[in-house]
Amino acid sequence: MKSDSSRPADSAGKSPILKSGPLTALRTGADIAVQALIDQGVDTMFGYPGGVVLPFFDKLYDAPIRFIIPRHEQGGAHMADGYARASGKVGVIVATSGPGACNLVTGLGTAMMDSIPIVAITGQVRTDLIGNDAFQEADTTGITRPVTKYNCIVKDVKDLARVIKEAFFIASTGRPGPVVVDLPVDVQVAKTSYDPKVEMRLPGYRLKTKGHSRQISMAAEAINKSEKPVLYVGGGVVIANAGEELRALAKKAHLPVTMTLLGLGSYDQNEPESLDMLGMHGTAYANYAVHECDLLIAVGARFDDRVTGKLKTFAANAKVIHIDIDPASIAKNVRADIPVVGDAKYILTELVNQVEYRERKEWFAKIAQWKKKYPMGYDRKSTNIKPQYVIEQVCELTGGDAIITTGVGQHQMWTSQFYKFKRPRQFITSGGLGTMGFGLPSAIGAQIAMPDATVVDIDGDHSFNMTLTELRTAVQYELPIKVCIMNNGYMGMVRQWQELFYNKRYSKSYLANPDYSKVAEALGAVGITVEKKADVPKAIKKMLTEKMPCVVDFHVEPEENVWPMVPSGKSLHEMDGLDLLESMA
Amino acid sequence: MKHIISALVENKPGVLAHVSGMFAARAFNIDSLVVGRTEDPQLSRMTIVVVGDDRVLEQVRKQLAKIIPVVKVQDFAGQAVVARDLMLITFAAPAEKRPEILALIETFKGNVVDIGQKTIMVEISGPEEKIEAFIEMCRPYGIKNVARTGTIAMPRQEKTAGGQQETTNED
Ligand SMILES: Cc1ncc(C[n+]2csc(CCOP(=O)(O)OP(=O)(O)O)c2C)c(N)n1
Ligand SMILES: [Mg+2]
Repeated sequence: MKSDSSRPADSAGKSPILKSGPLTALRTGADIAVQALIDQGVDTMFGYPGGVVLPFFDKLYDAPIRFIIPRHEQGGAHMADGYARASGKVGVIVATSGPGACNLVTGLGTAMMDSIPIVAITGQVRTDLIGNDAFQEADTTGITRPVTKYNCIVKDVKDLARVIKEAFFIASTGRPGPVVVDLPVDVQVAKTSYDPKVEMRLPGYRLKTKGHSRQISMAAEAINKSEKPVLYVGGGVVIANAGEELRALAKKAHLPVTMTLLGLGSYDQNEPESLDMLGMHGTAYANYAVHECDLLIAVGARFDDRVTGKLKTFAANAKVIHIDIDPASIAKNVRADIPVVGDAKYILTELVNQVEYRERKEWFAKIAQWKKKYPMGYDRKSTNIKPQYVIEQVCELTGGDAIITTGVGQHQMWTSQFYKFKRPRQFITSGGLGTMGFGLPSAIGAQIAMPDATVVDIDGDHSFNMTLTELRTAVQYELPIKVCIMNNGYMGMVRQWQELFYNKRYSKSYLANPDYSKVAEALGAVGITVEKKADVPKAIKKMLTEKMPCVVDFHVEPEENVWPMVPSGKSLHEMDGLDLLESMA
Repeated sequence: MKHIISALVENKPGVLAHVSGMFAARAFNIDSLVVGRTEDPQLSRMTIVVVGDDRVLEQVRKQLAKIIPVVKVQDFAGQAVVARDLMLITFAAPAEKRPEILALIETFKGNVVDIGQKTIMVEISGPEEKIEAFIEMCRPYGIKNVARTGTIAMPRQEKTAGGQQETTNED
């Protein structure tokens, strides 16, 4: 029997075509599904088997597809997500009916909120049993509808090839998102001929890629006139692969750039135009600049409440240009004076052609003052291990080049504040849904997509705890991922809110942790514990040389807080913690 | 303000759930939602009456259009449309009051579709206000049962406008 474990090169060099007969030859649904995936360019998949997907899994036995089995379907979905975010390709996950499909929900929701292309194939009970509460039956299309861009059940094998083609097209175009294809077991064994050229039938799916040319010239004109502009960029720029175009625009027109959590990496933070992240835990200089700007150029961003703070006062004196591929994002939260619907790459290219350089001396001087007065900082003199220090060290020792993933909480915010990202697809984090447990499996997916990259999951102790079983997956496939746990013992972000808004009543936000380095070792990974500040660089260096998955458990300052902070419902310029930043400047 | 939204959708399972689920998830208020077949077996038409301000309605239209099996979305606000509701209503009709009741039905251009010892069932169609007015008129007799279809609507051709009672969905 073939072993599933670590066969990284098993597909190399083989023809990506399964044994296929002439077009008219009858093939099973399972065979067609696998062939259709291969024809979509799929060479890597994640998934977990079960009763009603066995025909499909049987076809995978000798298919030229690298297959990664997670320990839990949620982990698999996050892996497919991390794979998609790192590579720009569609992530593919397969699960069985009922419990398998239900376990995908968090992963689908995470991908949905952050517009990540995933195709999930779920097994389903026989079509004649559907609706009868059959064993392991769940209404998968019903359950996943709100967390997918599209989903459908295939009840006739003749529709299968077309539906799979449509699934990939829908997942990866426009504003991307997850798509579920529910595949009853009898459809997997029914036979029909396979036509790879089958036409899609999507009368309701129209894509607008080119922005309206008049809107674009109006936007260019507004940029050229503006004295105090700010570019506000989100994940859409990363998704559109428009990093180069963004850079060209900011350089040519001379514009400061701030990024959302998901936008980080779209503009090199080492460049002088970068204002780093804005919003609830954004930099003071980004938030002040947005508050005072006369023109806000939003690109692929959706004015999320964590970004805008109080909507009424958000960029209140600014004209707003909103560039987005999703018309529904425009004017949802904030009025747009110049909406431009289309692909960011196309629109930015057009804008670059039409904008002029402008010095904006006063504006940049003001920004420089804010940067000088309120730089990001923390108590560097502390003898305890400050989590910010660890992250700065990780950044330095990886040359700022690593792919970074995170869980959700304080460590996620510190990572966004203290790792300086250089390029798109370098930062992988659950922004919209805020899914704890995303860090480790998404790192696995990213490492599979980018085998030569250094991939570091900067995780929270409790986020890590949610999906740490996937460490064994990383061991099985010999993935050299790194995990840096910012172990503060607390659900730190919850504790911070309780400290600030609930009178320090730390209600249920503490969990007794296991010894994570021992857990790592038990799972076959390398484990390191760091309790002294002086040991931090050494441990990171050792971690970076490991060929096997490596977990470093940093015992950090337990009650450190994330600053600055715009309390919920406050305006962006009403940040707390500025005196602290000022004192550390 | 009430808007009549007309959406042409693919005639596939799950589309109604998708549309109604979206309305619920985004906390939009539906007054009525009607689905019916069209001349094209591949397409159905949904007529949805929604209450909200302009900003809400803009989101409603965009979020509807975003649903993949939704092919086309029209908002009839500000347009001349014919909007109709169909109702079946059963109410008490004692023998001594039947003449006045039949006169009332006549005035509203309703049809008596069933008649019993004590009650009468009437079919009546028209703009929503007419239906509501009829319900009010029936109330004193004692209403037993009401079933309404909800609004369906179609824009008028400019040239042939007139004749019938004009209804825009502002009223
Ligand atoms: C799945 C899930 N459950 C609950 C939450 C709510 N939540 C947000 S941050 C947080 C604490 C995270 O703790 P930890 O991973 O240790 O990170 P820290 O804040 O301490 O850095 C919690 C419980 C969440 N985001 N995701
Ligand atoms: Mg913690």
